[in-house]
Amino acid sequence: MNAVASVIHAVDATPWVMPTLDYRLLAPVLIVLGAGVVSVLFEAFLPRGARRPAQLSLVFVSLIAALIAVINLNGVRETAGQGALAIDGPGLILQGTVVVIAILGALLMAERGLDPNGDAFAARASSLPGSEDERQFTARGYFQTEIWTFFLFAVGGMMLFPIANDLLMMFVALEVMSLPLYLLAGMARRRRLLSQEAALKYFVLGAFASAFFLYGAALLYGFSGSISFAGIASSLGSKTGETALILIAIGLVVAGLLFKIGAAPFHQWAPDVYQGAPTPLTGFMAAAVKIAAFGALLRLLYVALGGMRWDWAPMLWVISILTMFIGAILALTQSDMKRMIAYSSIAQAGFILLGVVAASAAGLAGSIFYLIAYAFTTIGVFAVISMVRDENGEATHLSKWAGLGRKSPFIATLFTIFMLALTGIPLTSGFIGKFYVFTAAYASGDKWLVIAAVLASLIAAFFYMRVVVLMFFTEPTQETATVAIPSVFTTVALAASATVTVLLGIFPQPLLDLINNAGVFIR
Amino acid sequence: MNSFPWLTVLGLVPLGGSVVVALLPKSKPLLAKQVAFAISLVVLALVVVVALKFDGSSNSPYQFVEIHDWIPSFGVTYSLGVDGIGLVLIALSAVLIPVTILAGWNDVEQPQAESVGSVKGYFALILVLETMMIGVFAATDVFLFYVFFEAMLIPVYFMIGRYGGAQRSYAAMKFLIYSLVGGLFMLAAMIGLYIVTGTFNWFAILSGADIDPTTQKFLFLGFFLAFAIKAPMWPFHTWLPDAAAASKPGTAVLLIGVLDKVGTFGMIRYCLPIFPAASDFYAPVIIVLAVVGIFYGAFVALGQNDLKRLFAYSSMSHFGFIILGIFVFTSIGISGATIYMVAHGLSTAALFLTAGYLMQRRDGSSLLSDYSGVNKPAPVLAGFFLFAALSSLALPGLVSFVGEFMVLLGTFQRYIWVGGIATLGIVITAAYVLRVYQKSMTGAVGSGLEHIKDLTGREITALVPIAALTIFLGLYPAPVLNVVNPAVDTVMTLVGATNPEPTVGISSTTSQGAQQ
Repeated sequence: MNAVASVIHAVDATPWVMPTLDYRLLAPVLIVLGAGVVSVLFEAFLPRGARRPAQLSLVFVSLIAALIAVINLNGVRETAGQGALAIDGPGLILQGTVVVIAILGALLMAERGLDPNGDAFAARASSLPGSEDERQFTARGYFQTEIWTFFLFAVGGMMLFPIANDLLMMFVALEVMSLPLYLLAGMARRRRLLSQEAALKYFVLGAFASAFFLYGAALLYGFSGSISFAGIASSLGSKTGETALILIAIGLVVAGLLFKIGAAPFHQWAPDVYQGAPTPLTGFMAAAVKIAAFGALLRLLYVALGGMRWDWAPMLWVISILTMFIGAILALTQSDMKRMIAYSSIAQAGFILLGVVAASAAGLAGSIFYLIAYAFTTIGVFAVISMVRDENGEATHLSKWAGLGRKSPFIATLFTIFMLALTGIPLTSGFIGKFYVFTAAYASGDKWLVIAAVLASLIAAFFYMRVVVLMFFTEPTQETATVAIPSVFTTVALAASATVTVLLGIFPQPLLDLINNAGVFIR
Repeated sequence: MNSFPWLTVLGLVPLGGSVVVALLPKSKPLLAKQVAFAISLVVLALVVVVALKFDGSSNSPYQFVEIHDWIPSFGVTYSLGVDGIGLVLIALSAVLIPVTILAGWNDVEQPQAESVGSVKGYFALILVLETMMIGVFAATDVFLFYVFFEAMLIPVYFMIGRYGGAQRSYAAMKFLIYSLVGGLFMLAAMIGLYIVTGTFNWFAILSGADIDPTTQKFLFLGFFLAFAIKAPMWPFHTWLPDAAAASKPGTAVLLIGVLDKVGTFGMIRYCLPIFPAASDFYAPVIIVLAVVGIFYGAFVALGQNDLKRLFAYSSMSHFGFIILGIFVFTSIGISGATIYMVAHGLSTAALFLTAGYLMQRRDGSSLLSDYSGVNKPAPVLAGFFLFAALSSLALPGLVSFVGEFMVLLGTFQRYIWVGGIATLGIVITAAYVLRVYQKSMTGAVGSGLEHIKDLTGREITALVPIAALTIFLGLYPAPVLNVVNPAVDTVMTLVGATNPEPTVGISSTTSQGAQQ
């Protein structure tokens, strides 16, 4: 109560001044959110036929403009929006990566050459699955262009998340990112009931996580009297002894973020959502949400709670080990490709947590490198999954991948490269990422955590390689899927992700330079 | 110093070649074979040039050194260089690759089954593997070594999994997972080494401060586990018989003849010099395991009915000798281990290739009980088989004898009892090798074998260089010893081991003789 009173008092004492906003610093986010607003207007005023080209141009133009705006901020290191946002090296790199991944994700979502009926999204999300309505809309070749509005807002939220520098802004970013994704997850064209169930599950569990975050944020504010990360850090430094409240607060806030990352024990939503959501969206979400949420988690832990490392590190050790092993072991038992990749993404989150736990400059840089490497590989993985089809749409059951290496050696080889990268075999980006976070953790004294991670990598290798065995060493059956020929959209996304996966494995130095020159978070 | 990047070129030629082979049209398998064979000969020629330019008497044990920054953020350099040991093993790879290609000319047919890979794919993979082999033996940066060490698994994984026999998928997976166990622990140890020394460059690590013994013991285990699985040493061997049994003979030759040497090479190159205190600490345990391996492998080989598994177990026994030679810390022992590696590569090639010829003449059966009296319909085949068998049991006059003798001599210098026990292993080796020959080649001609054809010109051509090298180096091992000995002396200095003073006069003259 005292804290609240003092803040009210403080507000009373200072006369209200107009906040100063440096629009150059906010430009990347504003471009994308502004495009989202324009996109709503397109939906309202453009004729049906003109919407898709208009929306697509809007999406790609705004994303490229946002990317240029991010690059334009290179070297900036200051807070913006009255301290609510931190524009610094790591934040900009994460923001830039989100934009690039969004471009690739948009390419996947724009694909209409794979499904004979159109794109991967329902013809009309409001029609009942299996109803006459649905058949009519599908037969008439309807498709929804509202997805692009949702998409732009989600991207805006993701760009805000890693630069949010106070608890409220972080919460706003979290919601702006999540709400459109809940909706999009339920809009798959095929297996719609599964998709809708996934969306509901994602929403309900996500709402819980948001509540955790908000409650924790309230406690942190109550404790420190400030919502800004700098303020929290300074008050944590000055007050010692009152640890119970602060530990509960940290636990709740971090749990909210760990949910978005998909870390155990907050991972249950991931397999259902990955499986149910439209595949291009799953790819985008798996890659971009992880970057944004890890960015937010890193900033929160390193800036606001940096002084409490010895309190949160043990918690994250346990969570990291749990996440790696639960992800790797449960992935072994999966028979559906998308669910397997979901568990794989859980295991990968556990590996990235090694960099977070390290709580050092190397840990930050390692996590960022890993996130970038992982994001590109993930886009590639889902691009391939969206191409492997039979007459019922995507053939995600593992048995349908048997002998694919014989039928489509090129695509199977690309998928093998992605699997090798996720396993962490040298000469792929995944190896450098793994090496970097392991080194950071080892240097911070977490030797046994590294050994646990090594064991988890081994289990993970088994299920990644099982896919290779299936594709190359197994006889194709009647059931074996075929690889559909995609249009230029998916082709570009796939080529880009494969190229980055290999290049970062052989010549990682330019990216390492970029990340290392970005320095650490502004405090 | 030599400015021409010999080692890089050596590595790039087969890699480029593999791309060319992979791009050839699928409908022309013969062309793919010819191109692959030609490229492997080019590599061999380059290796001969490098070997001739190698100055055995030079003060610097590492030659053809190339150093470039690769990932400065991690202190990783693209750093190559060969000492005598590396050179000898590169030469071994360069000899065995064309031999394997020639001998396995018809091993891979145009695929009937869908899951089997194409002909050109097999030969492209062999060439990729050659690049990796050259890289792994030439790397003088721990990170670079690790990259080759791990990346090497992938071509072999596909060679077993796509082109092997009945159990290929299982065997390929087992091979990969076992190797990754070692590889990942080595990764952890390598990271630990980097944290302690701040560099990955082999020379910089050695010239840096001493690592404290406790850390050494911890890091040593990570490296050694990887090498022991690779070699393979008892009790980390169980992947090898499965992999060998499921492989094509050519794959088995490269796998056991060259790839497994990476394990023993790694022990000499990395375990001993970087972790001298730990090597000393663990040596007794390792020596015991090595001796157990000698006998275990030999006894199991004695009871095997599957030829490929038998040779795999026999190799395990031989690897016991090699590891023994390394960890007795005497010049003769380590030199002997290196010679033994070469000898074992040659004898393994001879055994697997002749056995492969034999099996191809009987629908691929690898069961010993399916063969008898082969020397009547196919005397040349039987002759080469006998030669391979004698080479395996280390008949005096063949190079394997030089290796085995030197290893035992080195062992006797330090641990007379261990030497005595290990010597008994030779007897069992003789027993199982001769048993195989007797059962398969002599006696009444088995049913179905009456009309098998003798070796063709191509098959003989592939075996002749191996036989010639086995005899030549057996009678005159000096060319190899001259380049190996300075490298071994460097290793000995780095380990801080000195050769034991001879207790009996005659031992010193023998060691002199062997070193010349």
